[in-house]
Amino acid sequence: MAAENIVGIDLGTTNSLVAFMQGETPVVIPGDDGLNLVPSVVALDQNNQPVIGNSARKNLIETPERAVYSIKRLMGRGVEDIREELKLFPFRLADDLQTGEVLRIKLGDKTFTPPEISALILRQLKRNAERYFAGPVTKAVITVPAYFNDAQRQATKDAGRIAGLEVLRLVNEPTAASLAYGLDKKENGIIAVYDLGGGTFDVSILKLHDGIFEVIATNGDTHLGGDDIDNLLITIALDDIRGDLNLDLRRNAEAVQAIRKAVIDAKISLSSQPSVKLDVELPGGKRYLREITREQYEQLIQPIIDRTVGPCKQALKDANLKPEQIDEVVLVGGSTRIPKVRTLVKELFHREPHTDLNPDEVVALGAAVQANILGGGSEATQNMLLLDVTPLSLGIEVAGGVTDKIILRNSTIPASSTQFYTTQVDGQANVAIHVLQGERELASDCRSLARFDLKGIPPMAAGIPRVEVKFLIDANGILHVSAREQRSGKEAEIQVQPSYGLTDEQVEGMILDSFDNAEEDFRRRQVIEARNEAATILAALEKGKKSAAWGQLTTDEKKQIAKMEKVLAAVNAEDDYQAIRKAIDALNQGTMRLAELMMDTAVSSALKGKTMDETDLGEGPTAPHPMAKAEFE
Amino acid sequence: MRAARFCESCGKVQPPAPVDYFSFFGLPPKLDLDVATLEKDFYELSRRLHPDLNAQAGSQEQEWSLEQSSLLNDAYRTLRDPIKRTQYLLRLEGVELEEQSKTATEQARATGEVKRQIVPPDLLEEVFELNMQLEELSMNKKMGENDASLTDEIKKHKDALESKNESLLKELQSYWKEWDASIDRSPAASDARAGTIRKMVDVLNRRNYIRNLVRDVNAALEE
Repeated sequence: MAAENIVGIDLGTTNSLVAFMQGETPVVIPGDDGLNLVPSVVALDQNNQPVIGNSARKNLIETPERAVYSIKRLMGRGVEDIREELKLFPFRLADDLQTGEVLRIKLGDKTFTPPEISALILRQLKRNAERYFAGPVTKAVITVPAYFNDAQRQATKDAGRIAGLEVLRLVNEPTAASLAYGLDKKENGIIAVYDLGGGTFDVSILKLHDGIFEVIATNGDTHLGGDDIDNLLITIALDDIRGDLNLDLRRNAEAVQAIRKAVIDAKISLSSQPSVKLDVELPGGKRYLREITREQYEQLIQPIIDRTVGPCKQALKDANLKPEQIDEVVLVGGSTRIPKVRTLVKELFHREPHTDLNPDEVVALGAAVQANILGGGSEATQNMLLLDVTPLSLGIEVAGGVTDKIILRNSTIPASSTQFYTTQVDGQANVAIHVLQGERELASDCRSLARFDLKGIPPMAAGIPRVEVKFLIDANGILHVSAREQRSGKEAEIQVQPSYGLTDEQVEGMILDSFDNAEEDFRRRQVIEARNEAATILAALEKGKKSAAWGQLTTDEKKQIAKMEKVLAAVNAEDDYQAIRKAIDALNQGTMRLAELMMDTAVSSALKGKTMDETDLGEGPTAPHPMAKAEFE
Repeated sequence: MRAARFCESCGKVQPPAPVDYFSFFGLPPKLDLDVATLEKDFYELSRRLHPDLNAQAGSQEQEWSLEQSSLLNDAYRTLRDPIKRTQYLLRLEGVELEEQSKTATEQARATGEVKRQIVPPDLLEEVFELNMQLEELSMNKKMGENDASLTDEIKKHKDALESKNESLLKELQSYWKEWDASIDRSPAASDARAGTIRKMVDVLNRRNYIRNLVRDVNAALEE
């Protein structure tokens, strides 16, 4: 393998995916179950081992107190932010949680921070990719909602680090989608990306110009998505049940999860069916039955999907564009499958939206494109460059509790602003700076990012020091601050107290906790997988030897194959997975002609180039699943 | 001038030198610039300076790329906008736009004094009438009344103010030409320059006054 593969990851509220550029095309890497989507569900099994994805969905219903979903909603947030979420989601906070502390969620009797739970999902994706490449994966591009603030971005980056991934770039989801779209279309023009996912909504307006993807404006709501529709339907069902059966199930986690599953299925059906019947078995042997028509459903969800209108209009206004000036509207996110959403988009932008892309996969595919660009590019991406913006204005608190905006929203990133500070009293050594994010006038209405203490200002008379503070938003949308006292030329020390989020030391600790045995685990897994593959190809060869085709080989060819077979058998007994793989590749090459001969002449031409273990050998041993068993805990 | 951002022999990104935004684009400090050309240069420089395209470089180069690219974005954002460009040039010339400056606002807030807001003389009558109507509107709102003709009147004033702002922009552009011509001449023309600067400051202040007024009107109408 040449350079290390950099993967693109869509860490979604509902589902997560990992993709990479295979030659000139981005492709999704399936999990060991063969499915592209890994549900963003994490559970602990009876031995306190983490279970992730499809296998954890069962746990969600059977042992809801040991499982968690939609953790993305809690990334980078504080206790006081999530009161509303707690009413709607079965998040169980740690009992000893202090205000100002990073949230911790209970799974069974253990507690995890949101970045740690996200890291478990990322680690699963990392493993899926490692199995696919048969090599380690340490670098990734991860997507985030465009409207994520600094704390939410930082939390996502922390999750990557905890999972053992170097996060080369955080890319905004709608922008990533535009990369996948643009790679395909290669047309200049102005596009709008309408991204309504499981938990977040984003709209971005971009100018595509000869491979440059320039975001002009972005807007959104980080708490708006399919989850809200689910919660509405669940609430209605619970009310129905309470009213009709006099049965209050709101505290019954298992029943709520069963209802949740049923309403999600109903929601999906209603995108294609005129009506759907809900049928849920309730505790005590009763059943909850209810028919919902498309019309009723659309009425119910109207207020939710109408919440996307404001951000779209604001984005158009910020871009200084009229709907007619948009050349194409690209739909992203599973919730854009809802016909009513499509109608709304059509009304907003005065055109039929572009629906050719798979709304579940396009973000991950775009992340893979960006990973490829960061890795040095390829023929397909060599001209591509993404110029993204910061979604929220950056400000500092000034006298009177007012926000002074120093970097406006929709500024192309990286962006910077230099501010000067001085002292109020003689000999003052520290200056406190409060950094905010948001559009409101009052500091108390904006999001507090961090408080900085400029320390070690040389003693001077009041008003004399001139401290230059540089605020820089990097290409990930994350803020960096540096300071220098200009009169003395001394670098001022900056002490950061992130208002929300983990300290570097905390993140380090989490990495060590979960990755003590990462290297050894990886090696062992590779050996097992290589041996499985070796067994398959050896069995296929045995089968081939009994076929008529074997007779058509020259004595020399047979001798060569026998030799390679012996080599493989020998290394298979050892623990060196790379040697096993090498021997497998050699044998595959050596048996190429045998495989061809075994085909029916009529189809052989069509299958030229196939190797031994890809050839369908009729009743022979089945071809190995490309993704053998995953978890090796 | 622009070559300084890259190594001449290897083409790699170099550390940023402290330059003004005009020099960053290799431009003289002129105001009547072609935004289409500026955009083309911005794209071309982005293709060389952006961190994404230097992600495989050493950590020192990556840092320079981040700084250079943020400087490029800051410069482009300022220069492509006619008002920001003019304000920036005036600042380079040492002009503090007093009425709208942050320090003035903060001072006014701290002392409780009313900020010195000069109503442009040609707007006195219009502003007076508009203020009366806005007061009436807020009274009506308190009483729960809705006078459609009043709202229409206010909207008409607003439209007039907005078109006034358009013509101010045209006026500003004519001063750009004066300024640019003075740059081409030798530095001896400093008197003429000072005159042009005064005129530009005056237009910007008037424009700013109207913009704030329009913002207040919009807020009142939306309430």
